[in-house]
Amino acid sequence: MTTTSPEISRQTTTSEAAAAPRSASRNTLEEALLPSLVALLVAAIIGDVLILIFGQSPAAVFRLLLEGTWGNSYGFGQVLYKATTLTFTGLSIAFALRAGLFNIGAESQLAAGGFVAATLGLLLPPGLPWIVTLPVFVAAAALGGGIVGGAAGQLKARFGAHEVITTIMLNFIVLALLSYLTATYLKVPETLHTEELKSGALPRLSDYVGSFHGSAANIVLVLAVLACVLAWWYLFRTRRGFELRAVGLQPEAAEHGGVRPGVVWTRAMTISGAIAGLGGLNFVLGYKHYYEEGFAGGAGFLGIAVALVGGTHPLGVMIAALLFATISQGGLAVNAMVPKQFVEVLQAVVIIAVAVSVPEVRRLLRIQRRG
Amino acid sequence: MAALLFLAQTLRIAIPYLFAAAGGVVCERAGLIGLTLEGYMLGGAFAAAVGSYYGHSAWIGVVAGVGGGAALALLYGVTAIRFRADQVVIGIAINLLAIGLTRFFLRLAFGSSSNSPRVLGFGGEQSRNAFVALVSNPLIWLGLLAIPAVAWLLYRTPFGLRVRAVGEHPAAAVSVGVPVTRVRYGAVALSGILAGLGGVYLALDQHQFTDQMTAGRGFIALAATIFGRWDPLRVGIACMLFAAAETLQIQLQGAQLVPSQFVEMIPYVLTIIALAGVVGRAVPPAALGKVSSD
Repeated sequence: MTTTSPEISRQTTTSEAAAAPRSASRNTLEEALLPSLVALLVAAIIGDVLILIFGQSPAAVFRLLLEGTWGNSYGFGQVLYKATTLTFTGLSIAFALRAGLFNIGAESQLAAGGFVAATLGLLLPPGLPWIVTLPVFVAAAALGGGIVGGAAGQLKARFGAHEVITTIMLNFIVLALLSYLTATYLKVPETLHTEELKSGALPRLSDYVGSFHGSAANIVLVLAVLACVLAWWYLFRTRRGFELRAVGLQPEAAEHGGVRPGVVWTRAMTISGAIAGLGGLNFVLGYKHYYEEGFAGGAGFLGIAVALVGGTHPLGVMIAALLFATISQGGLAVNAMVPKQFVEVLQAVVIIAVAVSVPEVRRLLRIQRRG
Repeated sequence: MAALLFLAQTLRIAIPYLFAAAGGVVCERAGLIGLTLEGYMLGGAFAAAVGSYYGHSAWIGVVAGVGGGAALALLYGVTAIRFRADQVVIGIAINLLAIGLTRFFLRLAFGSSSNSPRVLGFGGEQSRNAFVALVSNPLIWLGLLAIPAVAWLLYRTPFGLRVRAVGEHPAAAVSVGVPVTRVRYGAVALSGILAGLGGVYLALDQHQFTDQMTAGRGFIALAATIFGRWDPLRVGIACMLFAAAETLQIQLQGAQLVPSQFVEMIPYVLTIIALAGVVGRAVPPAALGKVSSD
């Protein structure tokens, strides 16, 4: 196998070149979509098995899951709320992946963004209109997440420390630090959260559309979509984005082309961290109006799934975020029939299935193309 | 007396680290990233609780726990080796899977969303003396043996030589006839068993399984693996060091010298410093994480 592989890959390249003009875009689309579809199928099967183990009917459980999420406006509002945070963390990870970097630190970047924003909110005078304060909060949240992400970028650029390990370690360090700061200076006694912000709270969607009443969906959702558009523009329409993707594909080649990978790594990780940090606004300004320990609740790790299922493309990230938010919220909807934890298993299964099927689908498509 | 108490408590905290870090050394030396240690530990702890509860024996718990760790390791092996999936992604996913599965089956097996009922462990229950409880627990002795055993395996056996070869230069290993894939599977399975035992120790020591009871210990073990530069002896020392820091923090809790959160950070900060190479750079095995490219 190992001895023959260079030959195989050479054949693949030539046949790909021949087939390219006709169906290149179709092939890319297949490569992008197939793994996600395979993953969903596998997850559905394993979900069935788990539901059957618990002695329930899969059809009934999945129907309830859909009804509890997309079937009523409260459920859908909750899906939108969860999707907002996941869009930020997913986009953050997808952005770094385009630079060839694996940002496992979105969890703590998200928390840091929320923390800095909340601290700012405690300092601002009360009664300011949200439209005035929002830009300041955006800057604060981006700063919080950006510092954490940028630190990992610097560690890689300067010292060659692998970003996977440093971001994991930074997760623990930053969360412990935030816990210390909250517990020592900001906490309301007997709780894990700070006092409520005096200004900066954002309107919820239910303020405009009454039927969303009770759900936490808020206008940070608009920021999330905006972030995706901006990230797309940066990655695919600017010179810096081109450099970033070049470093992601082949750092040595990019360096020969006059790009300094170290600079790009630091920049990419800073922006990636800042995007994750913005996700903190969803909870702090849109939902609870305070910082609470552990509010990130795994959204940083689920962002990895969102980025992968979304094919590391901003548009795909938004769709994948909706999907994973639906699964999360759906777990609550079906909790009476099966333990809600079964959706946690499903989410993990989706990640594994995508990770396995991305290289596998690519390999099979190549065999097929060679005829 | 105080010194002995300190040592005993350090040992109790260090045992799960020693088990899991021994597993971390084996799989990382074979070129597979050890992000999954946390998941193996959690799976091992849960299976141990189930085995001990339904089998009415702590030893059945040990066997079940080893099986739990090994099962997750097998999943890692198949996806990362056979399908060449990205090890970082799979690693994170297996940890999430372990959390989800243990929660789901906690509801199924014990009808609780937080903890199992009390299960049998080794001794400890009758003896009030902490030292008697400590020395009468066979897992303590196994845990102390884990690191020397892995050192012996890596440096004194043909399998160990192959593991190191596969982790440094798989292509060269192939050319001299080393069955690379089989060696990798062996290393991954062993790491699952070892880290699983770390989880077994936790569950049986506390006489129950609680949701997410490993609480990041697998990552501390990974930190020790890196901080100890993938050398079993140094890794063992790193584990003891991290455990001693924790013990110190627990015993000085009343004194409030250093906030507990800063003590928690120690392993992670040291690991970053080691990776950044401020004092002697930590260089990972050359083929770490690169199964997919050969």
